[in-house]
Amino acid sequence: MADDRIQEIRDEVGAWLDAHWDVRRSLGEWRELLVEEGWAAPAWPKAYFGRDYNEAEAAAVAAVFYEKGAIGAAQQGPGRLASHTLLVHGTDAQKRRYLRPILTGEHAWCQLFSEPGSGSDLAGLTTKAERVGDKWVINGQKVWNTSAHHARYGILVARTDWDVPKHQGISYFVIDMHQPGVEVRPLRQMNGHASFNEVFFSDAEVPAQDLVGSEGEGWTIAGTTLSVERQGFSQSRDGGRARNLEGPIYDEYRQELAIALEPYTWYPQREGRVDLLFERAVANGAIDDPHVRQELAKAIGLKRAAQLAAEAAAAKRRAGQRVVPEGSVGKLAASVIARQANHVHTLISGPQALLAGPDSELGGIVAEVLLSTPAISIAGGTDEIQKNIISERVLGFPKEPRFDTGPFRDVPRNVSQTGKQEG
Amino acid sequence: MAFSEDQQQFADVAERFFGDKSTPTEVRRLMASDVGYDAEVWRQLAHEVGLTGTHLPEAYGGFGFGAVELGITCQAMGRHLYCGPFFASSVMAAHAVLNNGSEAQREALLPGIAAGTSIAALVLDDLSDPARVGMSIQADANGRLSGAAQLVADAHVADLLIVAARAADAVALFMVDAAQPGVKVTAQNCLDPTRRMARVQLDDVSAERLGNGPADLSLLWDQMCTALAHEMVGGAERLFETTVEYMKMRVQFGRVIGSFQALKHRCADLLLELELARAATHEAARYLATGAGDAFAPNLAKALASDAYISIAKQAIQLRGGIGFTWEEDTHLWYKRAKASEVFLGTSNWHREEMIRRMEVAHGG
Repeated sequence: MADDRIQEIRDEVGAWLDAHWDVRRSLGEWRELLVEEGWAAPAWPKAYFGRDYNEAEAAAVAAVFYEKGAIGAAQQGPGRLASHTLLVHGTDAQKRRYLRPILTGEHAWCQLFSEPGSGSDLAGLTTKAERVGDKWVINGQKVWNTSAHHARYGILVARTDWDVPKHQGISYFVIDMHQPGVEVRPLRQMNGHASFNEVFFSDAEVPAQDLVGSEGEGWTIAGTTLSVERQGFSQSRDGGRARNLEGPIYDEYRQELAIALEPYTWYPQREGRVDLLFERAVANGAIDDPHVRQELAKAIGLKRAAQLAAEAAAAKRRAGQRVVPEGSVGKLAASVIARQANHVHTLISGPQALLAGPDSELGGIVAEVLLSTPAISIAGGTDEIQKNIISERVLGFPKEPRFDTGPFRDVPRNVSQTGKQEG
Repeated sequence: MAFSEDQQQFADVAERFFGDKSTPTEVRRLMASDVGYDAEVWRQLAHEVGLTGTHLPEAYGGFGFGAVELGITCQAMGRHLYCGPFFASSVMAAHAVLNNGSEAQREALLPGIAAGTSIAALVLDDLSDPARVGMSIQADANGRLSGAAQLVADAHVADLLIVAARAADAVALFMVDAAQPGVKVTAQNCLDPTRRMARVQLDDVSAERLGNGPADLSLLWDQMCTALAHEMVGGAERLFETTVEYMKMRVQFGRVIGSFQALKHRCADLLLELELARAATHEAARYLATGAGDAFAPNLAKALASDAYISIAKQAIQLRGGIGFTWEEDTHLWYKRAKASEVFLGTSNWHREEMIRRMEVAHGG
């Protein structure tokens, strides 16, 4: 019986935590112990620090950690993308070398995919990797790289062959960020935050053994990374609990979390903060304006309907029924909601929307909404890309005509600032 | 939420029935007829499929299902523009009796409605806002009714009228035998000939009050709007599907028009509207069936379903080009239903205002 098995696991992990969990340990020491016993990533293979547990079994472990207030593996941010990709596509040596410090939190990682010249069209990337002896030499620029400023390693896609069609000439690498040829600069956004970086490669080096998969296989492997990314960053449950608990290990953990989550503090504002609208309108009297009432109802109604649509899709999936790829519909809904929420916040604020910063409404949260929602219809695939996906994959309309199917060398590309075509 | 297996089977039965009985050819024939519905199809849907009483309690001759199953029926009817007094009798009038009638009155009236042998119509002298109902029809001290309502769905074929009228104490509901002298029903010329409206004039007619209390118009409005939202979602779905199919066939400039990005993206926007309307509409049925959820769920359903149906109906014509504006092509049949449903039982603006009002009540304001 599955239930018996779950109970067995709960008992085992509970007993183990009773014997070993100690708030006086250092975080590093505790995580080493977790990795040793396979509790850091129970869903991973036994050969690589895990226990071969299925989803339900791993969830049972997480639940017991939560109940006992125990801290789990470090898996915040891009390290999760790297570890999941390496588990699927990495060599044995790569897995042994890189996975453990991701789990213990010793190494932060970053994702080096987007480029100034290839946003929606990621496969049009022009960062070069050239084989010289037993190394790859990297030249080019990446952008939108969260955590790159404190990352030890990066997962990188770069072009290794210019004479084949674009998707076939890309390779996937692990790159050491601590080397002279890698320069990381913060990228400041229109809302004042600098949650991302630009990364410049000038003859940076990657040892041959850090190619992931084979040469030219990079696009397929990047697909694995992107699918993990699309599942979102589900924060482990012990994190939420541990923040309110006391003991040296929690202090250390909270510091780690603060650094890991810092780039994401404005993300709720990016979604429009529909949750604040009604109270704000009541508080400042805007609720008496019939136009505000209409627009407010639209924002609240859209948000509620989008939640219901997502729940309906999830329920169908659980029941084994066919679901149209609703991810793109949900993403598009989020953009519509954020735009409408921005509009209503502005109506409610009136002239107060002239101000920003800690002394402005709700300590600057409202201003941050007004300056952050434009990101939601761009990040993670623009609205226009989502509409292509919906109309082609859900509605079955013909695909857009392509002008980039020949050898990449001949494909029209952006002109760089020096006046030359990139690459 | 996903339908249960039984609900899905029921949906399939309803879809097959209306797909078979309510073809565009048949809808056009009934649009041109005097009564506006087919008595034999009505008999089949009442007796053979039992739809007229699906949502009514077994004690009154129904099958004892609820708002979710009623929604399934209405969605299938809306898809196929079913022409007949179902909405007037089984939805509007039946809920009024169920909500306000005494036990004896329910036992007297509902079995006939559930069996389809009695056709009832709900006489509301205002279709835009329940707070405005009861201005034009009065009950005197003896409970006799006088006044008029201009827009009563399917009153021209009803044998029983359930009338909202102002009594001394409150707006209340009354049952009126439609055959008695003093009741004058005049069919109206309707923008949407698939749902007929009639003028009802009452001159000192005898009536019996349903229950003792005031009419529970708020609950009734929620029930009617939830059913109507299902109809609208069904119609919007069908019209969207046929439009997408058309766009895959129609060739201009050497390519199917469904390959133009401007049109593809417009359809993606319409699909989003439709998905949100469908989710909100199914939630409203669940809310009525269980009592759990936001009190504004029926308002959200009507507002989103109405907006989505109108958006899709307008684009269904535009995306077809000239043929979409012809009488011969079927698109205008759905467009007219969308337009008529938009103003039936409260516009989107009214429902959004009601959403905020209900949030204020919940908030203690």
